Amino acid sequence: MPAIVSILHRISGAVLFLALPFLLWMFDLSLISEGTFERLAMLASSWFVKLVLLVLIWGFLHHLVAGIRYLVLDLHVGHDLPQARGSALAVFAISLPLTLVAALKLFGAF
Amino acid sequence: MAFATPSAGIGTRRLVVGAHYGVGNFLLQRLTALILVVFFALLGVRLLLAGPLDYVAWASIFVPMWMKVLTLVALLALLYHAWIGVKDIWLDYVKPVWMRLALQTLTVLWLLACAVWSVQILWRV
Repeated sequence: MPAIVSILHRISGAVLFLALPFLLWMFDLSLISEGTFERLAMLASSWFVKLVLLVLIWGFLHHLVAGIRYLVLDLHVGHDLPQARGSALAVFAISLPLTLVAALKLFGAF
Repeated sequence: MAFATPSAGIGTRRLVVGAHYGVGNFLLQRLTALILVVFFALLGVRLLLAGPLDYVAWASIFVPMWMKVLTLVALLALLYHAWIGVKDIWLDYVKPVWMRLALQTLTVLWLLACAVWSVQILWRV
């Protein structure tokens, strides 16, 4: 389980790096003017863009939660294998439901 | 070999003067991570308190000078964080030296360009 968290931490980090121009471009559109803000909203209403955004939201959440776990491990907390396995499981238990909430919000469930 | 004896047990090859073995980057990776956690937590709370966002409400978050500076610091931390992480990926999977150098150079140039772009985005609001 810790190994899966670890490799997904790397993969999500790489995905976020590759998505950087896309994210900055969206940030730019959202701030330039009312018109570009509306254009971005239009763009984000397509299901494909929503799917891309969802992948990026998952990547961000996994990288964030797993990263916090590593910061705690750096403090020499939770080094024993059972604890490390438990905290790795906790990373998924936090990041995946949050991704689900984002998905429901993104696709208009609430 | 005489030089190696005081620190026996770590190997003679390690006594290269000036080598830091990446401790600085190790610490900076954690420091930038902490900056990002704090920044996104604050931004998240701010957005939750604001409720549904239209353009004016969203853009006005980034109008005060202190918020521009704070956001730029967070973005620069993100770019440096990305540099260390991506460099580690190149070093792990790409073995030919010329290819490593090429990829690392492209990564640095790209991240620098993103830094300049970030300034423009923030100071246009």
